[in-house]
Amino acid sequence: MAPLEIAGRTFASRLIVGTGKYPSPEIMLDAIRASGADMVTVAVRRVDIENPDRDDILRTLSPDEFSLLPNTAACYSAEEAIRAARLGRAAGMSDWVKLEVIGDPDTLLPHTEELIEATRVLVAEGFVVLPYTNDDLITALRLEEAGAAAVMPLASPIGSGLGLLNPLNIRIIKSRLSVPVIVDAGVGTASDACATMEQGVDGILMNTAIAAAEDPVEMAGAMRLAVEAGRRAYVAGRMPRREWAVPSSPLEGVPPPA
Amino acid sequence: MKIMQIQVNGKERDVPAGTSVATLLRELGLDGRMLVVELNRRIVRPPEIESVQLEAGDRVELVHFVGGG
Repeated sequence: MAPLEIAGRTFASRLIVGTGKYPSPEIMLDAIRASGADMVTVAVRRVDIENPDRDDILRTLSPDEFSLLPNTAACYSAEEAIRAARLGRAAGMSDWVKLEVIGDPDTLLPHTEELIEATRVLVAEGFVVLPYTNDDLITALRLEEAGAAAVMPLASPIGSGLGLLNPLNIRIIKSRLSVPVIVDAGVGTASDACATMEQGVDGILMNTAIAAAEDPVEMAGAMRLAVEAGRRAYVAGRMPRREWAVPSSPLEGVPPPA
Repeated sequence: MKIMQIQVNGKERDVPAGTSVATLLRELGLDGRMLVVELNRRIVRPPEIESVQLEAGDRVELVHFVGGG
């Protein structure tokens, strides 16, 4: 399988995973290893001064083993997201950011105007910006114009596990963008991941589908296989769909009935 | 010793006047940790931590990486 390339960097895995909501740090580490992901997302939050080790992800994840991709989760304006991105860069010594600007707390759908604006500002500051967006072509094109290194449309709302709701929109986005398209959010199980990759997208970013599975490590392994299977099926090119049956065995040479 | 009040991660805290960012981190037992210091919404780079002095009313944010999607 050809590697994923974003902004001149290659990743052996087309799966990027989140690090939130795991039952324990040990299960998280085992699951991430089982997923085969090279890059993992992290959030930037206040240190608990009474108990600074609590929630410190670097106690579990080594930046030597995984590329850390800081996110701007829970930001509702370009200004907040830009601030979070700068903090993430200072914490991680990397210019990469998963840019989220949320427009509504119940759906966690993106605030697209603020997202485009934040992309523009951060690109000018030298960031490699990977914006999380909705499955809308026009927004995706504007993010690309603004300098996004990849565009990350959702399959369905964050944490919903509803799978790929609009494969047509995802295919349209993929067909019109030059930068990589990574589907971010909404995958619920392995078949969703496989079907998403079969649309021809470059990769998938997921968190809850693995972290909230009954057995996250087993699900992480399933996702690894599903992403690879979907990619290979896409590259192989599926057979055409037909409305009527076509026999697979020759019609000639059937011994006549007695 | 003159005492001044600052805010650290949203909580009020009394520190001696003239305290540097580095001294505050030592006080809190956080020196040497991988964290980012933001002072009044401006990031304090590691080389500045010893030299930057806090003033009364300063707002300090100490952040690090946690799990997230």
